[in-house]
Amino acid sequence: MSETYDVLIIGAGPGGYVTAIRAAQLGFKTAVVDREHLGGICLNWGCIPTKALLRSAEIYHYMQNAGDYGLSAKDVGFDTAAIVKRSRGVSGRLNGGVGMLLKKNKVDVIWGEAAIDAPGKVTVKETKRAEPPKGAKGAGSYSARHIIVATGARPRALPGIEPDKKQIWTYYDAMVPESMPKSLLVMGSGAIGIEFASFYRTMGAEVTVIELLPQILPVEDREIAGLARKRFEKQGIKILTGAKVTKVEKSANAVTATVEDDKGKTQQLTAEKLISAVGVVGNVGNLGLEKLGVKIERGIVVTDGLGRTNVDGIYAIGDVAGPPMLAHKAEHEGVICIETIKGLPTHPMDKGKIPGCTYCQPQIASVGLTEAKAREQGFEVKVGRFPFAGNGKAIALGEPDGLIKTVFDAKTGQLLGAHMVGAEVTELIQGYVVAMNLETTEEELMHTVFPHPTLSEMMHESVLDAYGKVIHS
Amino acid sequence: MPINVLMPALSPTMEKGNLAKWLKKEGDAVKSGDVLAEIETDKATMEVEAVDEGVLAKIVVPEGTADVPVNDLIALIAEEGEDPKSVSAPSGDDAPKATEAPAAAPEPKTAPDEAAQPAYARANEAPEGAVATRSGEPAARTEGERIFASPLARRIAAQEGLDLSAISGSGPRGRIIERDVREAAKSGTGKAPAKPEAAAAPEAKAPAAKPASGGGGVQPLGIDQVRGFFSKDAYEEVPLDGMRKTIARRLTEAMQIAPHFFLTVDCQIDALLALRSQLNDSAAKDKDGKPAFKLSVNDFIIKAMGLALMRVPDANAVFAEDRVLKFNNAEVGVAVAIDGGLFTPVIRKADQKTLSTISNEMKDFAARARAKKLKPEEYQGGVTSVSNLGMFGMKHFTAVINPPQSSILAVGAGEKRIIVGKDDQPVVAQVMTVTLSCDHRVMDGALGAELLSAFKTLIESPMGMLV
Repeated sequence: MSETYDVLIIGAGPGGYVTAIRAAQLGFKTAVVDREHLGGICLNWGCIPTKALLRSAEIYHYMQNAGDYGLSAKDVGFDTAAIVKRSRGVSGRLNGGVGMLLKKNKVDVIWGEAAIDAPGKVTVKETKRAEPPKGAKGAGSYSARHIIVATGARPRALPGIEPDKKQIWTYYDAMVPESMPKSLLVMGSGAIGIEFASFYRTMGAEVTVIELLPQILPVEDREIAGLARKRFEKQGIKILTGAKVTKVEKSANAVTATVEDDKGKTQQLTAEKLISAVGVVGNVGNLGLEKLGVKIERGIVVTDGLGRTNVDGIYAIGDVAGPPMLAHKAEHEGVICIETIKGLPTHPMDKGKIPGCTYCQPQIASVGLTEAKAREQGFEVKVGRFPFAGNGKAIALGEPDGLIKTVFDAKTGQLLGAHMVGAEVTELIQGYVVAMNLETTEEELMHTVFPHPTLSEMMHESVLDAYGKVIHS
Repeated sequence: MPINVLMPALSPTMEKGNLAKWLKKEGDAVKSGDVLAEIETDKATMEVEAVDEGVLAKIVVPEGTADVPVNDLIALIAEEGEDPKSVSAPSGDDAPKATEAPAAAPEPKTAPDEAAQPAYARANEAPEGAVATRSGEPAARTEGERIFASPLARRIAAQEGLDLSAISGSGPRGRIIERDVREAAKSGTGKAPAKPEAAAAPEAKAPAAKPASGGGGVQPLGIDQVRGFFSKDAYEEVPLDGMRKTIARRLTEAMQIAPHFFLTVDCQIDALLALRSQLNDSAAKDKDGKPAFKLSVNDFIIKAMGLALMRVPDANAVFAEDRVLKFNNAEVGVAVAIDGGLFTPVIRKADQKTLSTISNEMKDFAARARAKKLKPEEYQGGVTSVSNLGMFGMKHFTAVINPPQSSILAVGAGEKRIIVGKDDQPVVAQVMTVTLSCDHRVMDGALGAELLSAFKTLIESPMGMLV
């Protein structure tokens, strides 16, 4: 007799474990399968450990510039192993926390590689990747009325530039350096590439970022990305846009990339390491999905927006169900999926209102349409801008560089998008996200009192600016 | 926090009421369902029930206070664990008016809603109707209810000329969001109409219904002018109660606004009386010997009026500013005299109900009218009314239409009269004279005559009412 569940979730990443907890709350007998780690990439090899690394870099940067604040710090240095140890410790602690949460909610953890044999039937095979957490069930056959695929994504590898863990890194390797490389090439300028570029530059490496598109941080507003680029270049990061890596040669201690620019001119760049950060691809393989006829397009499981695939009883959420491949999108999508299964009233997520954050220095945060996208979609826009230089708190913090930009529909006053670059903006963006979800117009935002002195006052001023009422600019 | 007890709105249009009597006194324990006080309005006396448990800590409005505005604080209940003595009425800006329950104060622009609001509103809490819809289950809302809509939805609706009250919301708790308004704009639902609803509501004042304030209207005599006609010791002054005020106001409006004309006809009721006694004799009796029904002549009149309205559908209509409202069922009001005034409870679908049903409904209505326990929805509506003064021996009279109804039938006594028989010989017959007052705005003479002769036919051949 195989163990029978109401809901079985494959993958214990942020999408999977949140869905499992919500499922248990809704009264489902729930299990979650993972082969490697509770909390997934996010918690173990992504969002969280990189934030720990970047925090070390940030404090290091402050210590190097202590004089700016009237402080002195002599012999400022770092211990790479200790920085990495701290980062792993943070992940370890949260990983344990997820285990406790699942236990508390009576969610069974099953350890191994899962494959769906038929709707309702899952076989879990033993895995050698990692030790199972305490109390986990092992390999075997399991049945569940509802099977949710939440297997996430993995780094994309370009042919000829396959990661080798030595000279060519993915984020896994870049997260646990044995020593700080003296020089580094970063291929791709999305959030992952830029965060590592920022970290290693702060720690002293010579960093070159190579981006295929004409703009770094391609999904961000052009103006914001442009400001960020200037700051990065000022910090000494070299940036090549419209540039393609055509060949990579490895030697004992170095890697040489041949880079071709958009005019066909080539140059060769040599560095100790190369980080390949050219995006991620969904983990759709080895699950038996093709065999069951689950519709997959361009490496992504097709769903109806509420998590349902074309096969009854099989659902998909998170990265494997398509972009944006973000932990918070996966969590939200998972909750929608399980509430739909429960029969609660649900709506597909509005993907236009999912915020995105990049934790480089300076930070980048955004939600909604960029100015260019809004115009492309036919909106007549009103754009507001407010610079950090006009904000008292920013000056007091010693962070006078940055911009908060808002994009409104001139006709209805709808906040279409907000884009920020500068200190702590990743903590500010949520104010606009709430506003957008409540469908506020410029009027309510103008009538809202923002506390003084805070960076958030710039959010108010940016709205005022869009309507010609800005005070401090 | 003490619980605020507010002046309830007993009907959608109620603005103020008299606090007739407190049935609990300060310090009394109250539990949910206990009657706290009696409120008297223009129409009825209603009870205020507690919905919370606690101790009646403070009576803010003493009994006998007249014209207490709806939603004013009338008392405070201390919750369990609270010291009733420490509870005091808030003042100034803290007064509960600021947080009055949204649905209890319908916006004047919209017509009053169908159902009376809950008779007890608690501060800081929206009445159930306002929060009933859950996300994903859009529900039609009754008019006058507060509309929850996102700012963006409101703005788009205003730009597109959409009436938010006609759009159902798909957001959390039925909130109208952008998506709903965009869909409505596309499908054309919710295009704001020319606001004709106001005149359709039973209690709503038609725009022209303010004769006294407009130029050229006749001003009624003031108190002092009236007093001036009489010597001081010739009379005793009795202040008007709510019902008398309403009758005075409404029927003045009716005579000034609705152009009345009157149609009188005699009906022979020998056949009706014979049928009545035959039917009454046939009524089943219970073990106490009480018959299951006892039909009155008036029950036949109600039924005949209902059937007549259905046979002359153009007369089954009321006037509403720039249109008429035509009805699918016959709603017949029946005047019930009570001490100090009268009620007109409405028999719905009078054409379809059996005589015994009508008879029993009327007995219940009459009893409850005398006790002033009718619910507002029981005396609102109606296309026509029946007023019968036959029991007082009146041979003939005319009645004033009860707005917004379009007619009223004044029924005189059935009496033996000598009439000219078939062979031109004088014969004795039971005859009843009835007079129909008609609102000329919706009904012309010929139409009124058609209605009244349909009525006469039914009364004189009463078997037609049994099938």
